[in-house]
Amino acid sequence: MIRDITIGQYYPADSIIHRLDPRVKFTGTLALIVSLFLFDSFYGFLLCGGFVAAVIIMAKLPLKYVLKGMRPILFLLLFMMIFNLLLTPGEVLGSWWIFTVTKEGIRSALFMGLRLIFLVLGSSIMTYTTTPNKLTDAMERIFAPLKLIKVPVHEFSMMISIALRFIPILLEETDKIMKAQQARGADFENGNVFKRIKALIPLLVPLFVSAFRRAGDLAEAMEARCYHGGKGRTKLKPLKYAFRDAIAYIVLVGLIVGAVFIP
Amino acid sequence: MSLILDNISYIYGKATAFETYALKNVNLAIPDGEFIGLIGHTGSGKSTLIQHMNGLVKATEGNIYFNGADIYDKDFKMKELRRKVGLVFQYPEHQLFETTVIRDVLFGPKNMGMEQLDAELAAYGALKAVGVGEDLLDASPFELSGGQKRRVAIAGVLACKPDILILDEPTAGLDPVGRIEILSLLKQIHEEQKITVILVSHSMEDVAEYVERIIVMNDGEVVMDDSPRVIFEREEELKAMGLGVPQVTRVCRRLHSLGMDINPDCITIDEAEQEIKKKFGLV
Ligand SMILES: Nc1ncnc2c1ncn2[C@@H]1O[C@H](COP(=O)(O)OP(=O)(O)OP(=O)(O)O)[C@@H](O)[C@H]1O
Ligand SMILES: [Mg+2]
Repeated sequence: MIRDITIGQYYPADSIIHRLDPRVKFTGTLALIVSLFLFDSFYGFLLCGGFVAAVIIMAKLPLKYVLKGMRPILFLLLFMMIFNLLLTPGEVLGSWWIFTVTKEGIRSALFMGLRLIFLVLGSSIMTYTTTPNKLTDAMERIFAPLKLIKVPVHEFSMMISIALRFIPILLEETDKIMKAQQARGADFENGNVFKRIKALIPLLVPLFVSAFRRAGDLAEAMEARCYHGGKGRTKLKPLKYAFRDAIAYIVLVGLIVGAVFIP
Repeated sequence: MSLILDNISYIYGKATAFETYALKNVNLAIPDGEFIGLIGHTGSGKSTLIQHMNGLVKATEGNIYFNGADIYDKDFKMKELRRKVGLVFQYPEHQLFETTVIRDVLFGPKNMGMEQLDAELAAYGALKAVGVGEDLLDASPFELSGGQKRRVAIAGVLACKPDILILDEPTAGLDPVGRIEILSLLKQIHEEQKITVILVSHSMEDVAEYVERIIVMNDGEVVMDDSPRVIFEREEELKAMGLGVPQVTRVCRRLHSLGMDINPDCITIDEAEQEIKKKFGLV
């Protein structure tokens, strides 16, 4: 079911990772992504894998739920791995028709695959454990210096926050419209490619209509509450660092240093 | 023709933090030709229950039999079930998508595999039954008023010629006139085409006026299943579930408790009118 798409959605639980300051989680995710490209060895992946696994356990996220969230990238992952496997030049291990498999190919396919997996895992752990509001608060604070060169930081983070908030709403709406059309005999699962694309029209038209209606409603509701951008706006719950955040930063520095110095 | 729900349970978001029990051990039999009201407090599982009836949602536990056939059997023809059990969702106007009204109504019948001519006949018939005039056939469904859109959407399901028609709060958000029109329309369809109608509603007045059997849900369970008159005798229990009895019943009971010689169990305005007229010797 469409509802099973969990990527980018908040997963409520009571854990230390959930309580961390969102700025830590945001920079942490960036640190993880950067460190993924700093090494090219088995031990590096062991380090990153260990880190990600530890965070998942500490965040009390059910493994099944996390894995289910990876399903949408499966296709991309396979695609990338196969290309890497077949198109990397080097020491030939075997060949078939126009394809050759090389030692370097296997290595690079494996590593690229692992990189992509950790990248998506890392960023989805962030969204699983941080509400969209907190996440955009963090972005706004982290990028605040850019305001000096007239970048509309607040407006950008408001846009992102609304976009994130709309993901589950639109998924729910999609689910509802799909069911309503299925009740009228629509078939989204069978048939060839053309049939399936054509079958999407009864889904997409109402979905767009409703997205525009919701967007209009939201804009009106915001204006009715005198929203006029970020200038002079204060926070109901300003972000504040706690001791655990300092520890988390130290761990992150450790991760980066480890990634740089690993052979 | 019958629909039997055998010990149905349903859990949303199984094995996650979002796990909610939406249905618990529901047993129901829906025989032919009844006009049934399904009531319950918000979140009691009404919408979830009716989505089981045409196989859109698969029960976590339990079985459903349509005319004796298990609908979860591998070779059960789900499309046939979807045609015979028509489901009109809440705010059905949000599903309209075609360029013209008639094309939108034709969507269902064509999917169900009707011939072009039969499908068109069914579509015209359905639009006529819901009171959409011929002048609107070629209008864009997005240009219609809210009430007209709702009718077109109901026609879209009716055109599939279902044996059981289920409607999820078809009168939500309509004005009083629109409400009465839709409800009398359902009654008329029920009587003329002899189909089973299941009406999900929050309004005790509506169900008292139109249905012959009420199913009451609370917290995912079916707690009462009887004729309106019997159900509305259990006023205290209904109140405890956040429901109640029709206003006119409350009035009659109050008058009765004040010592007036009047039947405390009137459930429709007509009945109460007769009672009061009788009391004052006007009939
Ligand atoms: N898609 C969903 N995902 C998770 N939980 C859901 C979903 N749909 C409904 N629920 C939950 O299932 C329960 C029953 O919901 P349902 O929509 O069937 O109630 P209802 O009786 O139709 O309510 P209403 O009168 O408000 O329409 C509720 O607790 C609701 O929160
Ligand atoms: Mg409902």
